[in-house]
Amino acid sequence: MNLSPVWLTLRLAAVSTSLLLVIGTPVAWWLARTRSLFKLPVESVVALPLVLPPTVLGFYLLVALAPTGFLGRAWHSIGGGLLAFSFTGLVIGSVLYSLPFVVQPLQTAFEAIGEHPLRVAAMLGAGPVDRFFTVALPLARRGLVTALTLGFAHTVGEFGVVLMIGGNIPGKTEVLSIAIYNHVEALEYGRARLLSAGLLVFSFMVLFIVHFSNRRLRAREP
Amino acid sequence: MSHIDARLTLRRGKFLLEAAFRTPAQGVTALFGPSGCGKSTLLHCIAGLEPAVRGRLSLADEVWQDSESAIFIPPHRRRVGYVFQDAGLLPHLSVRGNLGYGMRRAGRARQDTNFARTVEWAGIGPLLERRIEGLSGGERSRVAIASALLRDPVMLLMDEPLAALDAQSKADLLPYLERLHSDLSIPILYVSHAIDEVARLADHLVSLEPGRVVASGALHDMLTRLDLPLAHSDDASAILDAVVTGFDEQFQLVLLDFAGGHLSIAQQKLPLGTAVRVRVLARDVSLSLEHHRNTSILNIFPAQVLEITEDRPAQAIVRLDAGGSVLLARVTRRSVHSLQLVPGAVMYAQVKSVALLR
Repeated sequence: MNLSPVWLTLRLAAVSTSLLLVIGTPVAWWLARTRSLFKLPVESVVALPLVLPPTVLGFYLLVALAPTGFLGRAWHSIGGGLLAFSFTGLVIGSVLYSLPFVVQPLQTAFEAIGEHPLRVAAMLGAGPVDRFFTVALPLARRGLVTALTLGFAHTVGEFGVVLMIGGNIPGKTEVLSIAIYNHVEALEYGRARLLSAGLLVFSFMVLFIVHFSNRRLRAREP
Repeated sequence: MSHIDARLTLRRGKFLLEAAFRTPAQGVTALFGPSGCGKSTLLHCIAGLEPAVRGRLSLADEVWQDSESAIFIPPHRRRVGYVFQDAGLLPHLSVRGNLGYGMRRAGRARQDTNFARTVEWAGIGPLLERRIEGLSGGERSRVAIASALLRDPVMLLMDEPLAALDAQSKADLLPYLERLHSDLSIPILYVSHAIDEVARLADHLVSLEPGRVVASGALHDMLTRLDLPLAHSDDASAILDAVVTGFDEQFQLVLLDFAGGHLSIAQQKLPLGTAVRVRVLARDVSLSLEHHRNTSILNIFPAQVLEITEDRPAQAIVRLDAGGSVLLARVTRRSVHSLQLVPGAVMYAQVKSVALLR
């Protein structure tokens, strides 16, 4: 039994989720607090993967990641290799595709904090960055946990985008969902069954642990 | 003497706040006005919490804002202690966490003694490990005041700290506020719409009406100026500063001396020499041409009429000088006529009741 799709999937989900946090948190913070005219356009762009068929996003990404595409060229000019059909390409695709699942719960959590605790902190001498890390993030911790889970789970379950931009290279871009598809195509139902069951149990465990810890967080809150 | 100098303009939708005032950078200055007149907004502006405000603001020789030279010190660098109307605290921290938050950022030396002293002062020792949501209104207020003080502020801003409290908590917190006044050397700006609170706590008064400052000055003057609305309200009053000179054991009366004479008030015994502040309502003062001996009124002293305004269909308000202290008397227009009250006339002021403020 070839387990490399499992490790690849976990690695992809872990890397993508970390990047999603780094990118999604500032975006969510900005969206939660800005009164800029750009708020609505940015919100809409972030939400696009929710409504677009994954194949559409995958297609555009494929074009952009190709050696002649703008991302492909930019990546090449800073010394990167081929983006399309590579792990890096998969990460880019997953991050874009899962962005709304991270940004939206975080934005809601930041909005729920309101201005008041931040003002209190400012009056106690905390600057903007200080306030973000010592007040906003701790108060938004439940949103943060939700965002992390959704981001991770969504990357694990991703199929369409990965199929479009990953090719299907065993050991390199063949993630779980695609491996299952391949097994079914090859009529290897036993293997497909095993991998599917594994994914099912894993997803259930993740969600269970998150809900459990969220309940404990909630118990400590007002 | 250094001052707090403010000339601030804030436009928010249809609401325009134009506040210009100057008040000494010591003691308690009350920002007084009806609900919705912009008092809290003005306090926000002073703290730097309203980025849209224009104008100039300085405390002593520190300029906090000057739109002309593009100076705007951000709120966290203004070193003000702020007690919010709801006694705002950080909900994710314990009481100790809240107190430590500002203290650590103030980076002050000898934190431990200071912490212990402030905690004891506010009587919040038993609450230190409690979570914020478990505190009562009065406890929250004391924690909020303590954490504002531990921030080592150069000025304390208080937004109606008593407004959200029930009567008992209010009565419990007032002594703390009075002690703030006597224990602190930094200026306090105190927002309130309750004149009795202001009379009790403030030294200076900035009077606001919707969107603007009407006048500002020493509390005693502001309460008795006939060109301001305060002197014409139903609870118009004058404040007298007095000293305890004795106690009448037989009738249980405290004897006081003030600039215009003596007062005796029904009150528990106070140490000799205690400086006190008393409030005399205009409606409790009547005027007489002679010094009546046979009357139930204890407090009678001579006073000279300074000014009279007939401000109601049947009534007038009279401003009096009693040996340097200013008093108000609410009388009928008929009495003004029959007593031939004119500025300069010397009368006897009969004071029916005197309230000891502190």
